[in-house]
Amino acid sequence: DGNYCLTCGSDKTLKLWNPHKGTALRTYQGHGYEVLDAAGSFDNSQICSGGADKSVALWDVTTGQVVRKYRGHAGKVNCVQFNEEATVIVSGSIDSTVRCWDCRSRRPDPIQVLDEAKDGISSVKLSAHEILTGSVDGRVRRYDLRTGQLFSDYIGSPITSVCFSKDGQCVLAASLDSTLRLLDKDTGELLGEYTGHRSTTYRLDCVLNEQDTHVGCASEDGHVYFWDLVEGSLALSLPVGQGVVQSLAFHPRLPCLLVATQGQVTLWREDTFQPEGDPN
Amino acid sequence: AAVESSDSEEEDLVSYGSPLQPLQEGERIKKPVPLQEQTVKDAKGRYQRFHGAFTGGFSAGYFNTVGTKEGWTPSAFVSSRQKRAGRTILGPEDFMDEEDLSEFGIAPKDITTTDDFASKAKDRIKEKARQIAGAVAPIPGTTAFDDLIGPSKITVGVELLRKMGWKEGQGIGPRVKRKPCRQKPDPTVKIYGCALPPGLSEGSEDEEDEYQPENVTFAPKDVMPVDLTPKENVHGLGYKGLDPSQALFGVSGREHLNLFTGGSEETSNLLGDLRHSKGRKLGITGQAFGVGALEEEDDDIYATDTLSKYDTVLKDEEPGDGLYGWTAPKQYKSKKRPEREIKYIGKVLAGFSLASKPSAPTKIYPPPSLPRNYRPVHYFRPVIIAGNEKCHLQKALEESAGKLESDPTHQGRHALSAAQRREQLGEPELKGPAPSVLEYLSKKDRERLKEVKQASEQQMKAKIVSQQSPKSRFQSASLEDAAHKWQTLLGGQLANAGSSDFKPFAKNPEKQKRYENFVKSLKKGEKVDTLERFFDPDATEWERGREREEFFRAASFYRSSSSALSSRFTRAKYEDDVDKVEVPRDQENDIDDKETAVKMKMFGKLTRDTFEWHPDKLLCKRFNVRDPYPDSSVVGLPKVKRDKYSVFNFLTVPEPTTSVTQATNEKIQESNSLKKPKKSSRWDVSDKEKEKKDSISEFISLARSKADVQQQPPMPATQECGTGTTETLPTVVTDEEKNQEEESRRPPMDLFKAIFVSSSDEKSSSSEEESDEEQQPTTSERESETTKQADVPDSSSNLQESVTATADSGISSLPTSKQELDATEEFGPKLPPAFSSGRFCRHLDRKEKHRKIRERHKTKKERKRKKEKKKKHKKQKNKGKHKNKKSEKDSSSDSTDSSDSLSDMDTTGLSPKELLRR
Repeated sequence: DGNYCLTCGSDKTLKLWNPHKGTALRTYQGHGYEVLDAAGSFDNSQICSGGADKSVALWDVTTGQVVRKYRGHAGKVNCVQFNEEATVIVSGSIDSTVRCWDCRSRRPDPIQVLDEAKDGISSVKLSAHEILTGSVDGRVRRYDLRTGQLFSDYIGSPITSVCFSKDGQCVLAASLDSTLRLLDKDTGELLGEYTGHRSTTYRLDCVLNEQDTHVGCASEDGHVYFWDLVEGSLALSLPVGQGVVQSLAFHPRLPCLLVATQGQVTLWREDTFQPEGDPN
Repeated sequence: AAVESSDSEEEDLVSYGSPLQPLQEGERIKKPVPLQEQTVKDAKGRYQRFHGAFTGGFSAGYFNTVGTKEGWTPSAFVSSRQKRAGRTILGPEDFMDEEDLSEFGIAPKDITTTDDFASKAKDRIKEKARQIAGAVAPIPGTTAFDDLIGPSKITVGVELLRKMGWKEGQGIGPRVKRKPCRQKPDPTVKIYGCALPPGLSEGSEDEEDEYQPENVTFAPKDVMPVDLTPKENVHGLGYKGLDPSQALFGVSGREHLNLFTGGSEETSNLLGDLRHSKGRKLGITGQAFGVGALEEEDDDIYATDTLSKYDTVLKDEEPGDGLYGWTAPKQYKSKKRPEREIKYIGKVLAGFSLASKPSAPTKIYPPPSLPRNYRPVHYFRPVIIAGNEKCHLQKALEESAGKLESDPTHQGRHALSAAQRREQLGEPELKGPAPSVLEYLSKKDRERLKEVKQASEQQMKAKIVSQQSPKSRFQSASLEDAAHKWQTLLGGQLANAGSSDFKPFAKNPEKQKRYENFVKSLKKGEKVDTLERFFDPDATEWERGREREEFFRAASFYRSSSSALSSRFTRAKYEDDVDKVEVPRDQENDIDDKETAVKMKMFGKLTRDTFEWHPDKLLCKRFNVRDPYPDSSVVGLPKVKRDKYSVFNFLTVPEPTTSVTQATNEKIQESNSLKKPKKSSRWDVSDKEKEKKDSISEFISLARSKADVQQQPPMPATQECGTGTTETLPTVVTDEEKNQEEESRRPPMDLFKAIFVSSSDEKSSSSEEESDEEQQPTTSERESETTKQADVPDSSSNLQESVTATADSGISSLPTSKQELDATEEFGPKLPPAFSSGRFCRHLDRKEKHRKIRERHKTKKERKRKKEKKKKHKKQKNKGKHKNKKSEKDSSSDSTDSSDSLSDMDTTGLSPKELLRR
């Protein structure tokens, strides 16, 4: 919720940070291999994480214990997300399935397996009643629970990251042809296209900022690129580091940006662009 | 004995030491303990062997081993989910014996007096250092209190020296006879309120030295010890930080505080300067407690230390004070060696001296500049033997240079394009770019197509109007440029596009009209500016621009897709009205169409698939969403995704999703049971057919009765087309035309699968000699083969032509269209263009075969159906002849060339279609 920052790394641990002060609050260890993604629940009481050990773990934040561990994926778990009430963990894996795990019951098997993708799932996002997945087979799939429909939008190139806009009307998809596309959620029409960065190899993140005015995306040349959402013009490229910028996340309300690159997480404030914390 | 004697005899003897205890009477003198029995025992009384100082000292552990009798006791590692084992950090104490931790061990645990507290007298040197530090400390003089509190100590050497007459403050050595130079003023002269530091007396002694007589020898000057304080901070070398005394005492005269006044004497100088210049009595009084009301206030009572006093920039020259910058050493003020001064900034460290001549600068050689076309990869140019290869091959090799490393004749083939191969092999060129499929259609059919299409388009574009609002957020920055670009792009393409059939804006008739006008004028080659009039006159400028963009896109996409369509068909040699294959424009499920759409940036309907998806009930509950399908037990997609390769996608008119799902459900079920033919479904559907096709209903019933008997409906029926009746055919075809939609919805017939598998097997055995050249692996030859096959039926029989030529020969010309397709499309390497005719199926590996057969038969279904009908006619006629299956098989084995080529066409022509669709 903007107060904490979760990092997960190849040291098999998750770390909870206070990004504003740059202090490490807690370390969670229990994964057998690299931790590939982590997400926090809405009330900051739980953390879910997925790793290369094919398992999804549910953590208690305060005690640091693994509350539950879900095994069932056949491959590395690329991405995990809580739903709005932290009752379901949705995890996408390289085995091309998305699995919905129940946090409430002790069921070891997933509630539902979404195996429509033809290739690995690279990104999963949730809204109140939708599951948005981006897959390497070049499709963005949106499962609408309310209407019971699956919308599959063909992009062509492998999707690295998807996200909803804050108003819930659009879907942003980053793909490996170094392009971000903004699609209309309802019709699948292309609303905008953003290029200029480099994304050909890695699974990089894309974000929309807190007011949906800009589109941001990490790049492999050590920059974070920002485009004006409407104009589609490159608004800013932010030099972050030398290597690949792996991940970035916006503060939900304030103009703050967290950028992860090469074992470093940096916090950027948008008004002055002064790096404030330098943890990890 | 001596004691006794002294005791008894003389009193005046001087006795040293304490007397021994008087011996008791009768007591024997104790024997001294022999050396070998002087044993060492540990705290518990155990003997300890001494090994020698360098071999371990006393024995340790258990019998000179370590640990206990059992050896090491391993530490148990217990970690549970609830009690997580903390990471223990082992220190050196963990590996020590308990003796080591005792009082005399190497790491005593007991409290002992450290040497900080053990000394009796003050260490002069340390005291000086402390005083200097005190001057630097935030509150000057705090160390004076330390002097009062902390016990001072002196070392043994100092004590000895003192006993030899040395006094503190003097130098060590023989006394000299000269006028003593005045010792430096000691910073401890300061009087801090109540405390009189010991330096005061010394200072006063120094004062007295001024008027001492000549004949007095003096002790040598005390050497100021080298300040050996370790560097504990992270400042630069020689940096001292801000002198708080200066800050506190407010040296307003100085512009810059010299942060680099290194060394202790510097500090004392500063303090002395301060004292003299200001003449202020330094003390705690006054300043620390504020200014009284009656006192005159100092300007700089509190720290007037502002940042403006500091240099924020390292400047070259400080004009004011003559110093070379504020970091320059003073001894180089004379500017004798200016060039060194330029280089040198900062204080010379102790033990270092400046070099007399500057070291030669290391020369840096820039890296060589690379040529522009340099590639950091070495590759071998293929050696082309002149003479045995044609020049275009050489060209092709150059194109694919880098990939080719070995014999170009073998590997280069894959790098050649189909056209190049054709050229190489001297094949005749294929028919020119195929025109639109719509041109093959007659007027009547076109109208009918249009109706169907409009219906479909209305569904497809149902939301197009509603989409306008989200779109409206996006303005294309350079509309004019884009328009011109589009126009040039579309200029030639539109020439052969039948615009009347394409209604992208069917929902909005006005818009559609505008669009048609637009396209028409675009074909005429009008300019963009004149095109403006076609747009909505009362729309805003932006809307118009938006619309224009849309038109351009729609037009170009239509072009591309229609050409893709047209490339699947070739023109019929004989004008026939009956050879209609209905192809509604609903292939958006095809990947290649999607790719073109992506390339054209026509996202939206074209790239979107919508499926019915059943979320789990529990998932709905967890998401707080009402179950959209409360009474369905299905979870997930009710079927697997619509099969991309099925003919249904190619042929179906867009229908409600559910019906399609049902159909495909059946289809999948059937395809699962691929091997065992399920006739019922096929004939059930044909029952439906029967209602409409009353004319041939009896045929169907006949055929059904036959099919029950025969697992494989005979191929020869189709083979005998050549001799078949022409008079029945038109009726069948017209029926077919009527029932196109029903057919397309009909589930595939496994019957036909069975037919095809078997027939292809048969044929491969029977017509081996014919398929010899086809089985040659070169794809170019295969292409030629297909073209040949396409040509053969044209000449051989009109009837076959009428039924299948439009579809099949057009398909067989597909290699050309495939060349047009983007190379990035993923054609399986195992799927050569015209290769997968039925007889080759078995050469493929098992899985692929299954899949392909299934797909092929789906696509083949409708064609087979036609044949079936023909067959039925024939059966009716030749019932007597072909009663048993055996004879039919025989006839199929000695099939005529024409029929064989027909079936060849069937099988070869189909796979490119699938490939295209892939």
